[in-house]
Amino acid sequence: MWDFPLFPKQGSSFASQVDAIYAALWLTSGFFMVLIATLLVVFAIRFHHSQKRDRKLAEHKTALLEAVLIGGPTLIALGIFFWAAAVFFHTQQAPDDAMEVYVVAKQWMWKVQHPGGQREINALHLPVGRAVKLTMTSQDVIHSFYVPAFRVKQDVLPGRYTTLWFQPTEVGEYHLFCAEYCGLEHSRMIGKIVVMSPSDYEAWLGPGGAGPLGEAGTLSSAGGQVFAHLACNNCHVADSALRAPRLQGLFGSQVKLASGQTVIADEGYIRESVLDPNAKIVAGYPSPSLMPTFKSQISEDQLIELIEYIKLLSAAGMVGDERQPPAPGVELTPAPTPANREESNQP
Amino acid sequence: MTTLNIPLPRRHDYLSAGSTIKSWLLTVDHKRIALLYLVSITLFFFVGGAAATLIRVELMTPRGDVVSAEAYNRLFTLHGAVMIFFFLIPSIPATLGNFLIPLMIGARDLAFPKLNLASWYFFMAGGILAVVAILKGGVDTGWTFYTPYSSTYSNSAVTWMACGALLAGFSSIFTGINFIATIHTMRAPGMSWFRLPLFVWAHYATSLIMVLGTPVVAITLLLMVVERTFRNTSMQIGIFDPAIGGDPVLFQHLFWFYSHPAVYIMILPSMGVVSEIISCFSRKPVFGYTFVAGSSLAIAVLGFLVWGHHMFVSGQSMYASMVFSVLSFLVAVPSAIKVFNWTATLYKGRVTFTTPLLYAIGFIGLFTIGGLTGLFLASLAIDVHVHDTYFVVAHFHYIMVGGAVMGYLGGLHFWWPKITGRMYPKTWGIFSAVLIFVGFNLTFFPQFIVGYLGMPRRYHAYSPEFQVLNVMSTAGASILGAGYLFPFTYLLWSLFRGPKVGANPWGAKGLEWQTESPPTTHNFDETPIVTEPAYNYDPEIEDDASGVVAGGRTSL
Repeated sequence: MWDFPLFPKQGSSFASQVDAIYAALWLTSGFFMVLIATLLVVFAIRFHHSQKRDRKLAEHKTALLEAVLIGGPTLIALGIFFWAAAVFFHTQQAPDDAMEVYVVAKQWMWKVQHPGGQREINALHLPVGRAVKLTMTSQDVIHSFYVPAFRVKQDVLPGRYTTLWFQPTEVGEYHLFCAEYCGLEHSRMIGKIVVMSPSDYEAWLGPGGAGPLGEAGTLSSAGGQVFAHLACNNCHVADSALRAPRLQGLFGSQVKLASGQTVIADEGYIRESVLDPNAKIVAGYPSPSLMPTFKSQISEDQLIELIEYIKLLSAAGMVGDERQPPAPGVELTPAPTPANREESNQP
Repeated sequence: MTTLNIPLPRRHDYLSAGSTIKSWLLTVDHKRIALLYLVSITLFFFVGGAAATLIRVELMTPRGDVVSAEAYNRLFTLHGAVMIFFFLIPSIPATLGNFLIPLMIGARDLAFPKLNLASWYFFMAGGILAVVAILKGGVDTGWTFYTPYSSTYSNSAVTWMACGALLAGFSSIFTGINFIATIHTMRAPGMSWFRLPLFVWAHYATSLIMVLGTPVVAITLLLMVVERTFRNTSMQIGIFDPAIGGDPVLFQHLFWFYSHPAVYIMILPSMGVVSEIISCFSRKPVFGYTFVAGSSLAIAVLGFLVWGHHMFVSGQSMYASMVFSVLSFLVAVPSAIKVFNWTATLYKGRVTFTTPLLYAIGFIGLFTIGGLTGLFLASLAIDVHVHDTYFVVAHFHYIMVGGAVMGYLGGLHFWWPKITGRMYPKTWGIFSAVLIFVGFNLTFFPQFIVGYLGMPRRYHAYSPEFQVLNVMSTAGASILGAGYLFPFTYLLWSLFRGPKVGANPWGAKGLEWQTESPPTTHNFDETPIVTEPAYNYDPEIEDDASGVVAGGRTSL
């Protein structure tokens, strides 16, 4: 009964940093709360009308006192601002070597896709000690990916990607909550983050990383099939930039646009280019774009697969095509329905 | 103008100016319109309170077992929308502000009496639409109407409730225009800007927000309704739903551009009330008058620049978040100035414990906690963790209930003898003020803890480790609920049986205490001439502020 925690479990490298600011805020606030409460009570009793007191007001140096009352809180406030902003800045910059996981939210479940092809529902298995970067989107309304033990939260929006990173520090199971109200079963859109020792994680991944889920094929190989099925290779030919920009070496590079702007080819850029080819025309290509929109032909899951495939192409392109992408031309089999695909994925 | 010299009791006071329903529904007297508002918002307060009761009962157990998830979602939306749009925003301005601003500046009425009446009709029309929305099964979007849930996915009476809020918004624009025009043009001779009671300054700042902010939320709700109306037709209009080319975060920017300043619409008038009460019952001028007045304006201006602190995890640019964070810290400074100055006002005062003073001191305490926990939320790394948890729920209830409602009740108890000409029982007043203070803290303080532990808001069912704190919260809510029933009961009683009081039962300064209680229809027989600053009290003079003086003083 009196085991009364004031802090949630500390499960990530951010947790102790956030808790330190929180404790400092309570100490500072507590000081002012007690100060104000004490002064109110003491003044009210000491200067109660029944008390004989000297009530003659001295000539106050009001301006000086006000300057102190304004300046003091301002300095304290700015100090806390910088501290909290510095930690926040750190939480917004995923390290380059973070392992990547994709999250697709929908009413009312979390679908997780690992690059190795493992898929999970309302669960995310991770190795302890590795930085993880989540790239997230929603199929319907706004959701929010919240892990209290990690002190991280990020809204998951329809129509774009948002990212979140953290580094689990303790093996264990942690709550995953949806924090943005999303309709009827909002409070049941919950799951668990399972942080495992590296060996347990390897075991979970399955032999050869094929996954415990019996589903062969990485995200990028599935993406290769999407690429072929949508006939992307008609224009995005491996060695030619004649009809369409080369995809080899594309991911993560700087792209010069017809508008004169330069953008970085990240997940969001590829997503937008597939769904709305006219949004950003690469310099040297005609406007409007020759490419049709694939908006109604591709799901969020397939987009992620495609992005992983383009990442693979990019990596392959950079090392001189040593790693051959899976041969296009394979007919894409109809995707299993979410229900049977996901049920079979339950550990 | 000839004046009657025969001292008739209750000579043509505003209450007896007409007793027919028509005389009330067509009145252009600011005092009667204030009472129309008072009755209306009290009804809405009990509607919103009933929803809160059911919410707290449901949350006693982790499982969703008292009401269904569907009903729960509709209850918290009902509670939020009704309490904010139909109780808190109009609470002090439309009742006490409406009643007192002309009296305080020595005017016969507001600048536009008919606009004032129109504002009440807009408010009631909005209220009726909200009631229709409730009767049609309610709304399940939360009071924030976030898109694309509200505009595309929700199958509830969203359009009705949004249109209700829209009309209520117009009533608040009308009130704001009226106050600004009145304060600029109708001050009595000698009532210079820096002789204005701080209550009037607070309402001036509030009115600026109403006039500048409300149109933005009006157009935002309208755009949401437009997108929703055409969502199943061939001519879809994509504004906020990305599936049809819109941007869901745009809605949040527009919504909070108004709805953050709206928090100051709720709290600034309470701050004005507290300045009046503290000064009266410590028999001292408010310490640092110009700073307190200026801080109201500073809050109104800075309040328009901090909306993005509701969006730190929304996908907004990290650099934008940093700017919004630092501005949010700065908006705390003028609030801190007020708290320090109220506290300093008591020093070397002549303090009398009365019901209004207890509410005012309770306000300062709870507002201090609410304001300081606002700094937690302005801190970027902390907000990422506690955003959309019960920490936020606790924080804004400390501001809106601990602050705004305590101020409203304090003001109601302070000016009740002026409004009705009768006094309520002091013992019951003090008893319920204490009860409300205790019940409030027990309800909402545990929510700070459960929020930091990670309990998200708007959860129908929750994880079992959060139960103890939720049970504490529900226990507190039952005390708080009882606490609200007492003033409702004894104030009603005092309307008929309370001892009659004279013009100035508290021995207070301020022009409103120079006219009779209740005031005559045109407030003053002759336009008063102001010759002294506000709060010209002298704590060295022994006098009585207990409010029990039957007959009271008639002049100062």
